[in-house]
Amino acid sequence: MPMVKAEAVHKNFGRLEVLRGIDLEVNPRDVMCMIGPSGSGKSTFLRCINHLEKIDAGRLSVDGELVGYRQRGDRIYELPDAEVCKKRAEIGMVFQHFNLFPHMTVLENLAEAPVRVKRESRAVAADRARRLLERVGLAEKVDAYPRQLSGGQQQRVAIARALAMQPKLMLFDEPTSALDPELVGEVLDVMRALAEDGMTMIVVTHEIGFAREVGDTLVFMDGGVIVEAGKPRDVLANPQQERTRSFLSKVL
Amino acid sequence: MADAVGVRPEAIKAVPVRHPGRWVAAVVVLAIAVYILYTIGTAIGNDRTGLGPHTGWLVVEKFLFNGLIFRGILLTLELTALAMLVGVVLGAILAVMRLSPNPVMSWVSWLYIWFFRGTPVLVQIFFWFNINLVLKSIDIGIPFTSLWLHGNTNKLIPPFMAALLGLGLNEAAYMAEIVRAGIISVEHGQTEAAQALGMDRGLVMRRIVLPQAMRVIIPPTGNETISMLKTTSLAFGAGVTELFTRQQQIATATYDVLELLIVASIWYLVMTSILTVGQYYIERHFGRGATRQLPPTPLQRFRRMLFTFHAGPPAPPELVPAGPAVPGSEHR
Repeated sequence: MPMVKAEAVHKNFGRLEVLRGIDLEVNPRDVMCMIGPSGSGKSTFLRCINHLEKIDAGRLSVDGELVGYRQRGDRIYELPDAEVCKKRAEIGMVFQHFNLFPHMTVLENLAEAPVRVKRESRAVAADRARRLLERVGLAEKVDAYPRQLSGGQQQRVAIARALAMQPKLMLFDEPTSALDPELVGEVLDVMRALAEDGMTMIVVTHEIGFAREVGDTLVFMDGGVIVEAGKPRDVLANPQQERTRSFLSKVL
Repeated sequence: MADAVGVRPEAIKAVPVRHPGRWVAAVVVLAIAVYILYTIGTAIGNDRTGLGPHTGWLVVEKFLFNGLIFRGILLTLELTALAMLVGVVLGAILAVMRLSPNPVMSWVSWLYIWFFRGTPVLVQIFFWFNINLVLKSIDIGIPFTSLWLHGNTNKLIPPFMAALLGLGLNEAAYMAEIVRAGIISVEHGQTEAAQALGMDRGLVMRRIVLPQAMRVIIPPTGNETISMLKTTSLAFGAGVTELFTRQQQIATATYDVLELLIVASIWYLVMTSILTVGQYYIERHFGRGATRQLPPTPLQRFRRMLFTFHAGPPAPPELVPAGPAVPGSEHR
């Protein structure tokens, strides 16, 4: 069973159609990278997967269950908030601007959701937090506040914070776009290691190199539809569509 | 010279620009201030009773530590604390209501703020003070059951309660706007990040948004508290024996009107000064994480000042020891 399955997903903001029929599948342990010009709907699609945005038509499911809705017979019911929260807790998300909680230390950032949402004991949560920080190479920063860290360090903390919930799927929304060029590498290294450990990941990115090396599939989106998808090497080396070709010629 | 890496040239010692205008302005302003203070000071000190010189200041001294004044101060503090408590709690509720997706909630909150912010506090205090003229009893209970509490309005709303209601309910309207401004000042990404971690609405508000909103909420709340401390003098209108009423009572008996106003002013100043210091420390606490380093406490600043006065010319940056110069100024 695919981890994420989208069938004709539509989304509009008022009159503006942002997603105009997205079909795709992401298998467990796979890494899917999404590229495309800004405004193409990549980020919106990502946000639909954990129901930060509501889809307007089509079907979107994670691990075999509809996102934000429940189907009984022909009827679709909206999920109550409590259940939406429970589903979101199983999906990790990393944002372009990190969005760490500035009033909490790094350790508190990591332990907050496990303790408050999953009702883990403080000791267990803190223990896992420390191990995760070690994994992203920031063991010595447990007691620092986010503003005392560089952008790259903040983003690594943000990845560790998402992992602290032990998600079955990780969503990355342009995780390196707000970073200084020399800090991009350290974040990509952490993501690469995560992919090698078998995490299912969807990555919206402009890092073509990362997509080529780490991605199992590459999706090129434009104007709210998937223009082209396939193995990264094939799509990058031999794009079939004119739009893909012109986009790649600009970014490569 | 090209190989002299790291050799620091001599620090610039320039002759500073003179500012004669500043000196003239300072002298003029000081002269005016001294003249005003001297005129009023001696006028109060003038003998009006024929009992000897400087009677006015002796009267101030005599009543400054008067027992009645002290009881008034106590009541002023009590009224300030309780009215602010009502204001902050009710204000926070109103702010959350105002931002609620439920239109009835937001509309009721708007109406409350419109009404209580739009009418004078004194009118509101008088209103509660005189409510027993129209409302003889207050009944609270669950409809269609026998669970009802019955209270006589006169007993439920004595003067102190009338003043507290007037001040507190009015304050809630102002606090609601302050809290609302604080909440919307928190970046939306914070809410999204918290939601993505599976936090529900209440948790996001309590653990993520409100603590960050505090940084914006605290300074105006401090101002409100200081303002409230002085506004409690309007409780005079309801006959509450707080500081202002007490000095007024003594003044009507002794005719030392101005002297007792000075006594009251001194105590109001003492109390607002203490609140100002307290506000500084609370702001510092909630500023955690907002800057890379906490601002120093006044004591730390003083010690650092002494330190820099004794130190010689500033050392080149790489020689300054890393980390905070004064112990205890690190994050908690």
